[in-house]
Amino acid sequence: MNLADYQGIWVYIEVKDGKVAPVSLELLGAGRKLADKRGTELGGVLIGSGIKELAPTLFAYGADVVYVYDDPIFAHYRTEPYMRALLHCCQKYKPEVLLYGATPTGKDLASAIATDLPTGLTADTTILDIEEDTGLLLASRPAFGGNIMATILCKKYRPQMATVRPKVMKALPPDPTRTGRIVEERIELREEEMRTKVLEVVRQTVKKARIDEADIVVAGGKGMGSKEGFQLIHELADVLGAAVGASRDVVEAGWIDHHHQVGQTGVTVTPKIYFAIGISGAIQHIVGMQNSELIIAINKDPNAPIFQSCHYGIVGDALEIVPLLIKRFKEEIPKLKASADAKEEIRHA
Amino acid sequence: MLHIVACIKQVPDTKVAKINPKTNTIDRASAPAILNPYDAHAVEEAVRLKKRYGGVVSVLTMGPPPAVKAIRKCIELGADEGYMISDRAFAGADTLATSYALAKALEQIAKQRPIDLIICGKMTIDGDTGQVGPGIARRLDIPPLTGVNKVVEINKEKGYAIVHRKLEDGYEVVKSTLPCLFTVEKEINDISFAPLPNMIKAARYYPTVWTANDLENVDRKQLGLKGSPTIVSKIWTPPKPKGGEMLEGTTEEKVEQLLSIVLEKKELFQS
Repeated sequence: MNLADYQGIWVYIEVKDGKVAPVSLELLGAGRKLADKRGTELGGVLIGSGIKELAPTLFAYGADVVYVYDDPIFAHYRTEPYMRALLHCCQKYKPEVLLYGATPTGKDLASAIATDLPTGLTADTTILDIEEDTGLLLASRPAFGGNIMATILCKKYRPQMATVRPKVMKALPPDPTRTGRIVEERIELREEEMRTKVLEVVRQTVKKARIDEADIVVAGGKGMGSKEGFQLIHELADVLGAAVGASRDVVEAGWIDHHHQVGQTGVTVTPKIYFAIGISGAIQHIVGMQNSELIIAINKDPNAPIFQSCHYGIVGDALEIVPLLIKRFKEEIPKLKASADAKEEIRHA
Repeated sequence: MLHIVACIKQVPDTKVAKINPKTNTIDRASAPAILNPYDAHAVEEAVRLKKRYGGVVSVLTMGPPPAVKAIRKCIELGADEGYMISDRAFAGADTLATSYALAKALEQIAKQRPIDLIICGKMTIDGDTGQVGPGIARRLDIPPLTGVNKVVEINKEKGYAIVHRKLEDGYEVVKSTLPCLFTVEKEINDISFAPLPNMIKAARYYPTVWTANDLENVDRKQLGLKGSPTIVSKIWTPPKPKGGEMLEGTTEEKVEQLLSIVLEKKELFQS
């Protein structure tokens, strides 16, 4: 394998309900930086049925070239036909890096194709960088249950592949004046040769976020005063679309069920935002949440150890502060949603 | 008669494992070795399918000699036979080299008794990748079905399986030809209590063990560290908060400051 034959940073573009998945736009943002550093092209690979019209969106978000496989056989994601299309594209155009969202689909596709290429694949990456001169991708991810980070390299094989956690990278602000090249490709695939068929797709309204998968966790402790006071934690979580966590003493007091317990003897969580409200911050609790991205503590006691392990702290009575937070978030969050929807319309205009 | 093979792994319990501060690697002595929790659900599902359709459940692992314990755990759960590949040549394998070695072992098992279905856990808790299952399927050229949370039907006579695959917002019903490979979600089943006869059998059980030399047509260049495209170049501890910034002012002012800090992560609130 001559590594120099492989050029360009690519993103596998995931399409859901006729739209580009947010994680793919985030990866175009991350990929743009890598491509600029290497002085190479940013490509998107778009596979689906009736999806060619999405190419301008990809240009607006940073792609220079979009490879399109548009065929009814790609109507639903299936490993086999998608893998064959992507394999065809990789073998023909030889990218040096190929990124996927670490979604069920992205992980399925990446794992399968890594074996066929063959090449290395790093899972659930959260930090990406590239060496300017060698083109070596530095893919870092939490390892061993999130206690430490590991940087993973793939020196001798190309493309270097990684799946990347959603909501970690940032999409660029879309520039509708940007344009690029569309490369339309075809491969011969016959439906009767496909070994899997999607019989039905069932959408379910999203159940309340699981605590270890939630982006936001609102956790309460003894400082909530009583089981009734703890209701405020549920209310705040509802407003934020968050999961509810709890300290051990609250669970032992029977205010909430055990599977909400965060800490050594409960669940380890690493959300984007962790609220510790009325929780003093015993070590056994801290080890269960210390790797959260943003930790906010509210406690009456200015000497509570939780303030050593948070990013922002408020000294005060939770029973007074939480109702105010609920009220203000109820006012502000709908405004954010409205502005996001407006942007979405611009993007598809 | 179905022949189902569950691929399993013995892992350090990462919930209690400590990190050696000098080497920054997991201190295996600090953590009990357990059957990967996701794999327990794979074995449980295989055993349930055996009860439903009749057949044999085999389990396969790659690991050092003490991994026999994980096989015994599977026998407790109701597996009939255990296979283990164990050799220094397999050491240091990443997901690509692991799927290669396991696929070779599966081919060997299939020579003795053809395989209808392979079941893997969603991922391991020490590697956290979920890449080995699909990799095995590709190497054996059978369809991989990831994220399976319900098995609707297995029809060996007509050669198909129907399952539910978990999606981000629901599930899809997929029909696949047999043989195929599932990776299963934890929610697919609850682990049953091991009946006493299984425990007695497990205590005395010893699996079939193969070294790299025992596997046929193995390309040694594809095994272990040599066969692994990825390398871990650096391990570090992420920075921890060093005492938070305290928000000051009246209660209302503190609330407003907090609001703007939280809402700065606006992408969390826009979907």
